[in-house]
Amino acid sequence: MHTPSTAARPSIYYHYQVFKPWLASAHPEQDRKKVVIVGAGPAGMVTALELARHGVPSVVLAAELQFSQGSRAICFTRRSMEILQQVGVADRMTAVGLPWRFGNSFYRGQRVFRMEAPHDADDRFFPIINVQQQFMEEFLHDACQANPLIDFRWGNKVTQVVQKAGHAVLEVDTPEGPYTLDSDWVVAADGGRSGIRSAMNLQMEGASYEGFFVIADIRIDLPYPTERLAFFDPDWNPGNTILMHREPHGIWRVDYQLPPGETPEEALRPESLKTRIDAQLAMIGHAGVPWEMDWSSVYSARTLTLPEFVHGSVIFTGDAAHLLPIFGVRGANTAFQDAQSLGWHLAFVVKGLAGHKLLTNHSAERVGAAREIIAESGKSTRFMAPPSRGFRLLRDAVLSLSLTQAFVRPLYHWRTSRPHEYSHSMLNSTDDDNGLFKAGPAHGAPPQNVRLGPGAGDGDYLLDHLGGGFDLLYFTDAPALPESLQAVIQNVRAQGVPLKVIAVGATQPVAGADQTLSDADGHLRERYGVPFDHGSNAQAQGAAYLLRPDQHICARWLTLDATRLQAALAQALPQ
Amino acid sequence: MTDKALNMDGLETVYDALATALDQAGPDKAELFLVKLALLNAQALADEQLFRQQVQAALLDL
Repeated sequence: MHTPSTAARPSIYYHYQVFKPWLASAHPEQDRKKVVIVGAGPAGMVTALELARHGVPSVVLAAELQFSQGSRAICFTRRSMEILQQVGVADRMTAVGLPWRFGNSFYRGQRVFRMEAPHDADDRFFPIINVQQQFMEEFLHDACQANPLIDFRWGNKVTQVVQKAGHAVLEVDTPEGPYTLDSDWVVAADGGRSGIRSAMNLQMEGASYEGFFVIADIRIDLPYPTERLAFFDPDWNPGNTILMHREPHGIWRVDYQLPPGETPEEALRPESLKTRIDAQLAMIGHAGVPWEMDWSSVYSARTLTLPEFVHGSVIFTGDAAHLLPIFGVRGANTAFQDAQSLGWHLAFVVKGLAGHKLLTNHSAERVGAAREIIAESGKSTRFMAPPSRGFRLLRDAVLSLSLTQAFVRPLYHWRTSRPHEYSHSMLNSTDDDNGLFKAGPAHGAPPQNVRLGPGAGDGDYLLDHLGGGFDLLYFTDAPALPESLQAVIQNVRAQGVPLKVIAVGATQPVAGADQTLSDADGHLRERYGVPFDHGSNAQAQGAAYLLRPDQHICARWLTLDATRLQAALAQALPQ
Repeated sequence: MTDKALNMDGLETVYDALATALDQAGPDKAELFLVKLALLNAQALADEQLFRQQVQAALLDL
């Protein structure tokens, strides 16, 4: 019998609601499900919301009865916010979050590096926004509850997954005992300690780093803006690194490395936490400022991924699929990208709009992303937590040089999570004009957001208008789409493929387009590399971009014709 | 390797300067000093390939 705690988790700033468990006895007999999602963290819930957006129902199983303990993931990237906008919770994140774009690294009391993340006028969202994970989970949960296609079950713990031919049978334990659930697909979004991954005995590739870090959330009033603070090799913790982040509700995250040999149990003793937090506050000139502990935890740096995310009927996503270091905010931010990708890939397979090859593509793209992140974040990790004597000497030499030598200072900048570009995706068109464009997002790239100028869409951003299916941006000032293109569009729609057409560049609505953005100042065309003459207002007619349901570009043409549009859609939906 | 080379006087000057600096750094900091120096030299060299060759040359016959 599974008996999740019914006592609300302690927190000094977040009120935990304890939800009622879902009990099989209170529901009718169940048919085989299309998709069961194991895990109700960011990866699980975004997968459910994306699936629902494409009309695919799912069951979400949450082992506990409440949101996760402590702030956990607190920094969300611009791309994460763009994904959260797609599933309808970005406004709530913006309402509570603290946006930022600057980071500061200190050594021997001197600021030796200032990171300035670019913030383009065309971006709706800041490079990073800080929100505690419980709030983010609450917003996603509310969105799931509001969606009739999502069957959310608290207090349901998966104890076994048995793969059969073309489906899987799950044993689910609840406070009234177990029941079985049959599903065509199982999404294993059960986190870094994935029980499903362990039970299937799947090996991950990559490295684990020695050394532990403590994260502690304290309520304290500190007179600093929302910027990342990093302190290297301070007197109170020689050779180690301390990070500080402001969180909403007067909370600060203090993150420090432990000396070699100290165990997590020792480090989390209240007197040990207090001594170190007091030492850190004293070092930054705030000794004696009162503070209160909310939550603490210990982590270590790992760069591990499964080499394949799809195993029969089971698909791994988020931390269940890979374990990525905290440096560069890789965890939840990667999970959102995984889930957004999985949502549409799986939905199109479930709906029969593409063959199993589409899931092969999902796995190839996201494993590729994980490997890229591992290569990048491995460098940051080797600087933050040197794994050997040689790496430590080099790091120390860089710290020392950085006081006087500018050339080493950029080494302080750990690369921040960014969307992977699926440059070599098998979904990319093979006969479009990708190579002929001089600007704009290329094959596999995420979309460039653009603030829309005077005329239709004024004040909006391009991404406000995208998503939910394929999007065709068609650049024209003609009164109508060519009939041959309209025929192709109607044909794919008739097969059930969602395809929205947005005409760009006409002052009047363009017949055959679902929406027209006038782009009177030509700015959107400029950002997308579509030739446009400001003086004469003359533009290339019939240039186009095709965006996948995750908004990554899969084809672009200087002049689109019906044959090539048909070919690009066939390429993007392999049978 | 480049065409530029130290002449004998120059090499002797480097020899003395490095030895004196190592003594000045002291045994505890000699390694750190040498790594800093190597990074400064690598930056001045501005040639990853050449730097790798020099690393290999220095690893010989230890």
